[in-house]
Amino acid sequence: MYRYDEFDERFVRERVEQFRDEVARRLDGSLTEDEFRPLRLKNGLYLQLHAYMLRIAIPYGTLSSRQLRQLALIADRYDRGYGHFTTRQNIQFNWPKLRDAPDILGLLADVEMHCIQTSGNCIRNVTADHFAGVAADEIDDPRPVCELIRQWSSAHPEFSYLPRKFKIAVTGALHDRAVVKAHDIGLRMVRDRETSAKGFEVIVGGGLGRTPFVGKVIRDFLPEDELLAYLEAIMRVYNLEGRRDNKYKARVKILVHEIGVEAFREKVEAEYARLDVASINPDPAEVERIAAYFAPPAYEKLPAQSTALDAAMKLNPAFAEWVEINGFEHKAPGYVAVTVSLKGIGEVPGDMTSDQMRHFADLTDRFSLGELRVSHNQNLILPDVKKKDLFPLWQELGKFGLATANVGLITDIIACPGLDYCSLATARSIPIAQAIATRFADPVRQRDIGPLNLNISGCINACGHHHVGHIGILGLEKRGQESYQITLGGDSSEDAAIGDVIGPGLTGDAVPGAIERLVAIYLQERREGEPFIATVKRIGQAPFKAAFQHYVEGLRDHAA
Amino acid sequence: MLLDARGAKDDVWIKPDQVPQVQASHRLVLWEDWAGDSEVQARGVEIPNTLKIGDLLPILGQVELIAIRFGAFTDGRGFSLARLIRAQGYKGTLRATGPLIPDQFAYALRCGFDEVEVPDANANRQPPDVWLRAARSFSANYQRGYATGVNILDQRRLARAGR
Repeated sequence: MYRYDEFDERFVRERVEQFRDEVARRLDGSLTEDEFRPLRLKNGLYLQLHAYMLRIAIPYGTLSSRQLRQLALIADRYDRGYGHFTTRQNIQFNWPKLRDAPDILGLLADVEMHCIQTSGNCIRNVTADHFAGVAADEIDDPRPVCELIRQWSSAHPEFSYLPRKFKIAVTGALHDRAVVKAHDIGLRMVRDRETSAKGFEVIVGGGLGRTPFVGKVIRDFLPEDELLAYLEAIMRVYNLEGRRDNKYKARVKILVHEIGVEAFREKVEAEYARLDVASINPDPAEVERIAAYFAPPAYEKLPAQSTALDAAMKLNPAFAEWVEINGFEHKAPGYVAVTVSLKGIGEVPGDMTSDQMRHFADLTDRFSLGELRVSHNQNLILPDVKKKDLFPLWQELGKFGLATANVGLITDIIACPGLDYCSLATARSIPIAQAIATRFADPVRQRDIGPLNLNISGCINACGHHHVGHIGILGLEKRGQESYQITLGGDSSEDAAIGDVIGPGLTGDAVPGAIERLVAIYLQERREGEPFIATVKRIGQAPFKAAFQHYVEGLRDHAA
Repeated sequence: MLLDARGAKDDVWIKPDQVPQVQASHRLVLWEDWAGDSEVQARGVEIPNTLKIGDLLPILGQVELIAIRFGAFTDGRGFSLARLIRAQGYKGTLRATGPLIPDQFAYALRCGFDEVEVPDANANRQPPDVWLRAARSFSANYQRGYATGVNILDQRRLARAGR
């Protein structure tokens, strides 16, 4: 993974001292609260319902065991012994004090981490495929590009006071695991058809929130060495022309929608044509310098199959299930990438205690070359595990409640913190996730239902990405009551789609029953081997809506 | 308060709301009034941050001062407009006018501004030494192609060349 050089090191240290000075100026009154707010947000510090919340960047989801141990230390010293992994590959602490924030930033800088631009109207932490570098379906590792973007976007003189937040995601694989079409800019690595040179398909104007849009392609092929200058052109058009009269219409997706993707493309291309790109783009040696940090480790030459693994799977069905469900094909023979679920039944999705972090850091050193990943699905990944090591790994994970076999299944729920923490939320998310997970806890039943993405957001801002869940749940407030709206048919893959609302809102306690009905229709209608989303796409919404309507009427009759 | 990278300075320009004592060339005219000001040869213009660069092109060679108005410090359009003006080869003074905060000073300078003019109420809370300190927060930056400051990518290149 990337390591800071002297310049990166100095930059984050100077950033800590800058924020320390800003906090001091806020406390002595020379900065007003309005002036201070964007400064603290750009350092990841939110004011939430009960306390400050600190959001720490995990750039493109890559983390070392040493960094995870430091997060555990911060959790114990400055928080309540746990952290929450988010849908943007970050981690949040929910209970820090404002006066401690500069010291926490200092501890982060000690392990080459920061909170830079994890909030605010600026370019946010860049995200990537969590299997970057190990996936078999990859054109190239997207992380060197992500690191280039991370550096370029940090304390950008021109793009730090944008109309609204700006999120960039990159994938280097054929299958999109980074939801690039739901980002302000999505970059898909592609090869030129004729020359097979590497480049990017550039997608702009995707986003969820109040007005969800699937992003649109504005460049089929951008040569990879032109990226930063092209990004500068996009950002300048957005900074100058994005709406600033209404924060709900200020994202780039609204600009693209209002003027049309053709007009937007013309503006970007006109600006790009004018730029002196050589003065903006990094020299090839710099690109190589960064890429070298991501060179594949020296994998052992192993047989593709492990007899030790096969034997352990035969003897232990629970282990075998975990391997099948949580394992992911690795490009190197004899290795596997393992997703470690942070979605234990009844637990808070994405939460991890400091004890779990320390234990997990040790396992990362022992089994996966000291590196782990954070996924936008709020799980962790050990990217480089030998197949023959899977059984001892599973046993160790089990000791700390980290061996849940549910990745991609109905209980692997993505959920935002919701009204239990968040000042924007209109309803709770966590208890709904817990109730649904408990309802579908039976492992045999979960496996029978198969791959199903269920996403919960506690407000219209859609941090739980409910729009792109196969089943999405949106918590709203209606006449002082929490009300949950259910959507169907969303898709976060390369076939990105926004789900449709299937009926009236429900009270929280009625939600698990409604999910049961939708699942029942699927089980009844599915063809051999057909996953949930494929059945929805084939038979359409109508049967699901009818079952849902029937359920809602039953609730009314019952109440009457 | 008016200040540049060296600190506070006197403003030699006569504002639109000030009555000129003499027929000074250092008169600052609002963009809206520029067209009607043909008999007075003003050399300074204050423009809104929404102005299109194309509208400004005809006068870039005639003025010595362009002041871009920041309605709010959170409205970053002025930074991009400054970049576009500099990209057109404008060599005169570029001023950011409005309630900017010291933490934006370095950004403004790097986007091509020479000076910042903030309301007195802000200056009372944030005197020039705070601005100068804030402007020195980072000894180097990651972006290439911006006006001032040391660039990390170029520093790395130099370090490579020296090895």
